[in-house]
Amino acid sequence: MIEVSKLSKSYGDFLAVDALSFQVDQGEVLGFLGPNGAGKTTSMRMLAGFVTPTAGDAYIYGHSICDDSLAARRIMGYLPEGAPLYGDMTPLKFLRFIADTRSILNHEQAAAIDSVVDTLQLGSVLQQPIDTLSKGYRRRLGLAQAIIHDPKVLILDEPTDGLDPNQKHELRKLISAISADRIILVSSHILEEVEAVCSRAMIIAQGRILIDSTPQALIKMSRWHNAVTLTFRQNSVSDQELKARAAIIAGIANVERAEINIDKQGITVSPKDGAAIIYDINQLTAALKWQPEQCHVETGNLDDVFRTITTQ
Amino acid sequence: MSPFLAIAKRELGSYFATPIAYIFIVVYLFLSGLFTFYLGGFFEREQADLSAFFGFHPWLYLLLVPAVSMRLWAEERKSGSIELLMTLPVTLWQAVLGKFLAAWLFVGLALSLTFPMWITVNYLGSPDNGAIITAYLASFLMAGAFLAIGSFVSAANRNQVVAFIITIALCFMLMLAGFPLVLDLFSIWLPASVTNSIANLSFLTHFQNLSKGVLELADIAFFLLVIGTWLYATTVILDLKKAE
Repeated sequence: MIEVSKLSKSYGDFLAVDALSFQVDQGEVLGFLGPNGAGKTTSMRMLAGFVTPTAGDAYIYGHSICDDSLAARRIMGYLPEGAPLYGDMTPLKFLRFIADTRSILNHEQAAAIDSVVDTLQLGSVLQQPIDTLSKGYRRRLGLAQAIIHDPKVLILDEPTDGLDPNQKHELRKLISAISADRIILVSSHILEEVEAVCSRAMIIAQGRILIDSTPQALIKMSRWHNAVTLTFRQNSVSDQELKARAAIIAGIANVERAEINIDKQGITVSPKDGAAIIYDINQLTAALKWQPEQCHVETGNLDDVFRTITTQ
Repeated sequence: MSPFLAIAKRELGSYFATPIAYIFIVVYLFLSGLFTFYLGGFFEREQADLSAFFGFHPWLYLLLVPAVSMRLWAEERKSGSIELLMTLPVTLWQAVLGKFLAAWLFVGLALSLTFPMWITVNYLGSPDNGAIITAYLASFLMAGAFLAIGSFVSAANRNQVVAFIITIALCFMLMLAGFPLVLDLFSIWLPASVTNSIANLSFLTHFQNLSKGVLELADIAFFLLVIGTWLYATTVILDLKKAE
């Protein structure tokens, strides 16, 4: 378990992290969201033992990051932002170095290295200088060093930055696969990623927690959640008719409003408080014989929620 | 393997992964030979000793050691790998000592490659080999002191060129602390007792004692103390500034 208690960090007058308190239990994958400069990286750096907190403390399975940092670091794997590595080494030498500093016994090293090389598909570049590797390989090597000692806590600062869609998919699978018996903290800008891998999402801005919820609950906060979009065949409906239809739909109970999009010949209907309005709309279109070409329900998206929350 | 040794091994390996090591060794050997034979007048002295060789070591180190030490921490900070290193289960002392040891061993390796000088002088005459060993020790200790200073300066800023220049300046001051060149700066406005203490810090004075073959424990202790102090200062500055 991670217990964060009033963790703060200030640089001069600037308060980067403002009395952050939360708990994470084993098995949780916590997504850290927030605009740039929100304090995500600083918070993660404090947990990882790189930045010393100005006030407050955090306990990683009971080990204080202030007084017992070494023990906390032993059970933690950390991928820093940008995945810094030693460019003049080869991945194999680098992983051996990490295994040595993590005091992995000699006879267990080969197995530990083989396992992460296999998991992150680094086999083809093991002997190349790290400086010559592509961004995707470097990121994966950064991840390999973070999980080589099978840590109970994994802190990943923007792990998918620079990966291609396939690699991102692989990484999400990896995170999901190993999340059962550990704690994983992931920061990301990519909200669909949070949706895909996290069991819990936290939005941070100006060093404070704004929202602490599940990704699913966050999506429901979107005003597009359960919204319905109707599209009519091109040129089958005049602009005036479109406006008239929007007005009729807006009259349905539970409908917040209906917006028209003339170019696409469509109407987007947003519900009140995320109510399910698709049945009512279906009945209406059938009764009035509008015959829409397409009719689909929006799930809402995190980007929208994120923007609404962080710009308030 | 302990984290301390792992760090030392990695660091030493990184010298040889780039041309730095080879360039350093070649330049070091070339210059030390040049100084000994041309400026030191090795043959003209007609004496079977290596004082012409060791006499120039402080000057050689003044130029070359900062080139080794400047990258110790500045490079880690610039590339961001310091974040990786400092979040491994490694204490500050293990990291500082590991890196220092690697740099010291490396300079020691360059120094040991001057052994043909020692063979030459034994071939030409019968020198006091005990004195020569003491002088080698002095040279090694002095290089260590310069490296410890350089380690501190390198930890204090992220620009290697700045670290290089400041290290040269600091080493120069400390090397010549016992000489009017530096002492006059202080004697004008500081009491004589303080000026005397400064003079006692002079690297060159302690070095010259040892390099003449006088194995004085006080001189050895002096260099070890200097190394320890600057390495301690390195851990302090790293703790304060590692994340900046």
